[in-house]
Amino acid sequence: MLATLAQMAIGATDLVAAFLFLFGLKRMSSPATAASGIRVAGVGMVAAVLVSFLYVFTIDAAARPHLPVNLALALVALGIGGGGAWLAGRRVAMTAMPQMVAIYNGMGGGAAGGIAAVELFDNRAQGSTHLVVTLLGALIGAVSMSGSAIAWAKLQGVLGAPLRFGGQRGLNALVFVAALVVGGWIVAVVAGGVAPMLPVTTWIAIFFGLALLFGILMTLPIGGADMPVVISIYNAFTGLAVAFEGYVLGNPALMIAGMVVGAAGLLLTLLMARAMNRSVANVLFSNFGGAPAKGRRGAITGTERETQASDAAIKMRYAASVIIVPGYGLAAAHAQQKLYEFVKLLLAAKVVVRFAIHPVAGRMPGQMDVLLAEAGVPYDMIFQLDDINADFATTDVALIIGANDVVNPAARSDKASPIYGMPILNADRAGQVYVIKRGQGKGYSGIVNALFYAPNCDMVYGDAQAVLVKMIEAVRGLGAAAA
Amino acid sequence: MSFDSAMTGFAALYIFMLAGFAGWVIIGNVPAILHTPLMSGSNFVHGIVVVGGLSALLDASTTLAQAIGFGAVLLGAGNAAGGYAVTDRMLAMFQPSAAPRPAHARKRKG
Repeated sequence: MLATLAQMAIGATDLVAAFLFLFGLKRMSSPATAASGIRVAGVGMVAAVLVSFLYVFTIDAAARPHLPVNLALALVALGIGGGGAWLAGRRVAMTAMPQMVAIYNGMGGGAAGGIAAVELFDNRAQGSTHLVVTLLGALIGAVSMSGSAIAWAKLQGVLGAPLRFGGQRGLNALVFVAALVVGGWIVAVVAGGVAPMLPVTTWIAIFFGLALLFGILMTLPIGGADMPVVISIYNAFTGLAVAFEGYVLGNPALMIAGMVVGAAGLLLTLLMARAMNRSVANVLFSNFGGAPAKGRRGAITGTERETQASDAAIKMRYAASVIIVPGYGLAAAHAQQKLYEFVKLLLAAKVVVRFAIHPVAGRMPGQMDVLLAEAGVPYDMIFQLDDINADFATTDVALIIGANDVVNPAARSDKASPIYGMPILNADRAGQVYVIKRGQGKGYSGIVNALFYAPNCDMVYGDAQAVLVKMIEAVRGLGAAAA
Repeated sequence: MSFDSAMTGFAALYIFMLAGFAGWVIIGNVPAILHTPLMSGSNFVHGIVVVGGLSALLDASTTLAQAIGFGAVLLGAGNAAGGYAVTDRMLAMFQPSAAPRPAHARKRKG
């Protein structure tokens, strides 16, 4: 009786939680309501966790003597895992956000894999369908966990250049197929009654080992600049793993939440890949990022023309409109605050200033928007590619800071260019273009940027922060001279 | 008497289909400016896996199951709490031109 009531309470609360997740995500579709959206979802999560302690009324007789220990373990795990991650999440710098999300994501994948492991080692599966879904969830969850760990190491700089060697794809495929075969073997042994040769638990351990190994091998050759796509994919993977384990546990809330995230992750992955003008398969298997492409200068004439920071600043001060194109180089130089300080001076002088963000600016989708918001830039000054691209032609000055490939006009015109077809910001069409850059060099793809040689483009070399300080001084100096 | 909340067979497939569709449509409407908080927010949502970890841990009767269950709850709780913390922090930073910025969003930068 008590067990039935507990199950009803859990079921009802989980239903409410699932609704709150969807409602919360829905509210995230506008910057004005997004902050309340995550809180709504948070309420659902707390309710679902609290009510899940009612599982103590539904446990097997075998687990009853262990209940006090298990309860204590649960509280300790919640405290350490939740508390630690909470503190880390409160402190992490916004530039390190992709790594942080990768860690949390890997944790979710690991948790899903853990649930599958308990089901498998305790032999709880009811029938072969259950078993197959458990194994699928285990495979995806484990791949997501170890893959996210490698993604973290790459983003954090613990792992350097992409690791590539001959026959790598063959080895990866072999490990993947081996995991599938061992999984199939476990099904045959457990559900089909085939003689196992080794103890089943050994096979399960081998299965997890292969899955974890595959996650590592699959992520190692992918370059750092492709990480937005990779993080997206593992986010979707963890969602799928959670959904599958939700099915195994008979918990619709996990099924719904997991599948919603799976679909969301897939959509974001496709958006990212499209913004890079590449297929997802190309990102995962072609080893593009970081490989030095041949710099071709054939069609480009002219030289890079240098100008002083103060001259550029004064030109912008007397312009009617300025569009700023920030890239990851801005964040690498920690110059967002200085940039907004400069922008505020321009705004005070009645210059119309807008920010144009390319979809792959940053190390994860939308990271540049967050970095600007952190510096205090209001979200109504920030525009996405499709919304602002037509306006460059009627804009006086485009200021490009730490961005390169995303403004390379070769993507529009040069069919031989590796980035041909990639959507770019048409900064070259502005009346005057200034590029703040550390020095003469190429983007991550190693492609020469024709824009830098264009007659309407001037280069300002130097560290972004130092350049912006000079620009601020130049505009302030004007104000002082006038007064 | 038992109350069965388990979803089996085609009912499970219907749930998967509808949830996947809902996720696709809801996320498709989120503007690119919010894609990072969206990703960490959806990351937070799959932190619900902690509930599954709890059910596995509370039902554990062997040391191995206890150990793995403990790990699952630990990782799931980290996923949920961390995902919430970073998403909430980021969303607090998005302010329109007119509104004064809340003190806590300013303080925690860097």
